[in-house]
Amino acid sequence: MATVKKRIRTIKVDADKCNGCRGCEVICSAIHAQPKYSSVNPARSRIRVITHRLQDIWLPVFAGEYARSECAGREVYTIAGKQYDECGFCRASCPSRGLFKEPDSGLPLKCDMCEGEDRPQCVEWCLSHVLTYEEREEEVEEEAEKLEDLQIGLEALADKFGVEKVKDAMARLSRSE
Amino acid sequence: MRYAEMGYHLEVDLATGNIERVETDPKITELHLGGLGTSVKIHWDRVPPETKPFDPENLLVFSTGLFNGTPAFSANRTVVTFVSPQSELLAYPMMGGFWSAELKYAGYDKVIFKNKSPKWVYLWIKDDHVELRDASHLKGTGALEVQDLIRGELHEPDAQVAAIGLAGENRCFTASIEQSRSSSSRLGGGAIMGDKKLKAVAVRGTKDVQLARGDEFMKHMKDVMGYINFRNSNPIPDVMTIMSGIGSPQEMVHTDEKWHSESFSWGNARTRRKNFWTKEIEESWTSTQHAAIKRLISCFNCPQHCGALISYKDVPRYMMKCFSKLTYAMAANVDDLGFSFRTVQRAQEYGVDGFSTPQILAFAIELKEAGILTDKDFEGAPPDKEGRFIWLLDRLVRREGIGDVLADGTYWAAKKIGNGAEEFAHNLIKKHEQLPIKLSMLDPLYFLMYSTNEKISITQIEGNWPQAAFATREQRERFVKEWPQLPDEKFKQYLLDWEPRGEKGIPYFPTPDMCCEIVDWMEMLHNIDDALGVCAGMASFCLKPPYHINNYPQLISAATGMDVDRDELKRKVNRSRNLHRAFNNRRGMARADEKPPKDHWKNRFPELEENLLTTYYRYKGWNDNGIPTRKRLEELDLGYVADDLEKRGVLTNGHG
Repeated sequence: MATVKKRIRTIKVDADKCNGCRGCEVICSAIHAQPKYSSVNPARSRIRVITHRLQDIWLPVFAGEYARSECAGREVYTIAGKQYDECGFCRASCPSRGLFKEPDSGLPLKCDMCEGEDRPQCVEWCLSHVLTYEEREEEVEEEAEKLEDLQIGLEALADKFGVEKVKDAMARLSRSE
Repeated sequence: MRYAEMGYHLEVDLATGNIERVETDPKITELHLGGLGTSVKIHWDRVPPETKPFDPENLLVFSTGLFNGTPAFSANRTVVTFVSPQSELLAYPMMGGFWSAELKYAGYDKVIFKNKSPKWVYLWIKDDHVELRDASHLKGTGALEVQDLIRGELHEPDAQVAAIGLAGENRCFTASIEQSRSSSSRLGGGAIMGDKKLKAVAVRGTKDVQLARGDEFMKHMKDVMGYINFRNSNPIPDVMTIMSGIGSPQEMVHTDEKWHSESFSWGNARTRRKNFWTKEIEESWTSTQHAAIKRLISCFNCPQHCGALISYKDVPRYMMKCFSKLTYAMAANVDDLGFSFRTVQRAQEYGVDGFSTPQILAFAIELKEAGILTDKDFEGAPPDKEGRFIWLLDRLVRREGIGDVLADGTYWAAKKIGNGAEEFAHNLIKKHEQLPIKLSMLDPLYFLMYSTNEKISITQIEGNWPQAAFATREQRERFVKEWPQLPDEKFKQYLLDWEPRGEKGIPYFPTPDMCCEIVDWMEMLHNIDDALGVCAGMASFCLKPPYHINNYPQLISAATGMDVDRDELKRKVNRSRNLHRAFNNRRGMARADEKPPKDHWKNRFPELEENLLTTYYRYKGWNDNGIPTRKRLEELDLGYVADDLEKRGVLTNGHG
């Protein structure tokens, strides 16, 4: 298979510096609002700070891939004496929890590294320097085209309601347009 | 569409359990902004002056500010308003933390509680679902502990919980409301919650807060962010470390406590220890503090580090902020800072005000030493001063024995105890314990702030103007060079002319006219912060802050869609300020109540003080008794307030 150059974008998270303010959640939801900056709602954010204050856990986690089913089992991590909950580090929008889903529709959310901006805005607005953005190029094998947001959303709806119902709803919507 | 605000209140009748979601009138926002401003309006309209603090009619209002939940940095204050059991006036202690933004996201600007519940309950708000839940199993739990218990039983790890501990349950007059790393402490909101049998208010929200002109708002916020970064890397020179930065006093960051420990008074605001800060103390306090602090933390959407997670020896973990680090050790006359780190955890779980309470305990010790309280009152107390202090705290929050008397604060306790005890309740303004500081020369600015502000607690009135004159002309010139926060350029000259002593020093300079302008500026900014829910640490309470009168109007206009300029903004908060004063005047507050503690300064100037007060009243448009005139009230669209004050005889022929 042919190789292509791929831009790898990384956000390094230094959780030890996190002061727990959740400003990243605020700016993320604001920049992804339609129109941009028209509203704020951390429940729509693609980054969430998992918080257990007295356990000294402030852990920023980014929304990753949509997963249609739960994991077969759960893990609990203990690191430096701190016990992280089941699913604590997981980025998936999945049926086992409310995280990384649009609160009204339940559609999955995924970090897009603020496509269209110079760099992710959570990095820009975190004044405690928890988040650092890095870019590099890597030679990788060519892969099949990635799913667009719309298709991910449609798949999630089909999983939740069944393909037939989604098709019916789309037909109704098309007629009313 | 409502912008910045949600446009709904929750009205909770605790007697019947009835809960209503009530749409608010946008006109009220135009007139009073939000937060403290709109809450004062509710109290004026609905709480008649005959209402006693523990009457069912005393409303308890939890309010967000206009900027909570928006991207405005540090907009995280919750304003709690009620008639205080201590001052019997309208109190508004605020807390930071995470609660107010969450309430906005749940879809509400305020929660208004009326009447009393027949049994212990807590309120659970999750977006449109709101219910009163049984809290009988939570009675007796700590104010911090119960927050996690409630999150656990609701299976809602992201819920934000404001709660009371034992002190609130037992209606102690200095009971606080605790929430995350913050507390609404002053003047007894916890007692009102306890009186209403309301253990906690838990909230989780997943709705949008809308901005009218989001792009424009964020453009201004970028400037604010730039200035925060600038100030964090450029502390102000020539002032004490604690004054050099932004945010609340960075008590968890800084270890240098020479100024606090030597300038503030120990015991019951009694003794200055001018040579306390020795090398040994510095080393011991610094290492104790570093060992106790696990992590520096902030409130919602704030880049500062004013709080800390405390993990000290075998003490259960808790979160600390600001000056409580020192209040218990200093009041108990204990030189070990570890005593504070240990005691604050206990006090926070009990839910008590960290300023008043240590002074009340020290007051009891003084009364014992003076023979006014007896061995019988202290029966069972350990002999050592540390143990005795904790023993008193335990009695106070349970209202056991002498604790039952002390639980009402020094003013009311002294009245009950009698036998000369009143002389020992010496650090009060309007029946409320003040900062334990005793100074030499009358400061005319502080005289006015102490005497006249509805806050009653000096710690959140002062701010933008330096606390003392700079020693040299060169320092003054350096300070005024970059000062974009000023409401008027003339203040630069006032500062340049202000000298540490002599003709151009306190008490005669700044002149009474200048003092009025300076105090008016500072209290205006506090009132704006309190309407917006912005932490005073990023605006009115520090030197050269990120938010000020020259950028607030643009931010408010972009967030709300109301076009507000400087003059209009000032008018709005002035309206609320005068309404608040009228509320208190209607309850009997007047000139005779407006005075700092007798011993606050050693050198007093009765004639100058009277002149200051009169000049200030006239500047504000109040009569010589400190009551807003009809003319002033009508200018602020408060003619109905003048009518009411006249009807009640508080104002006579518009003059009073």
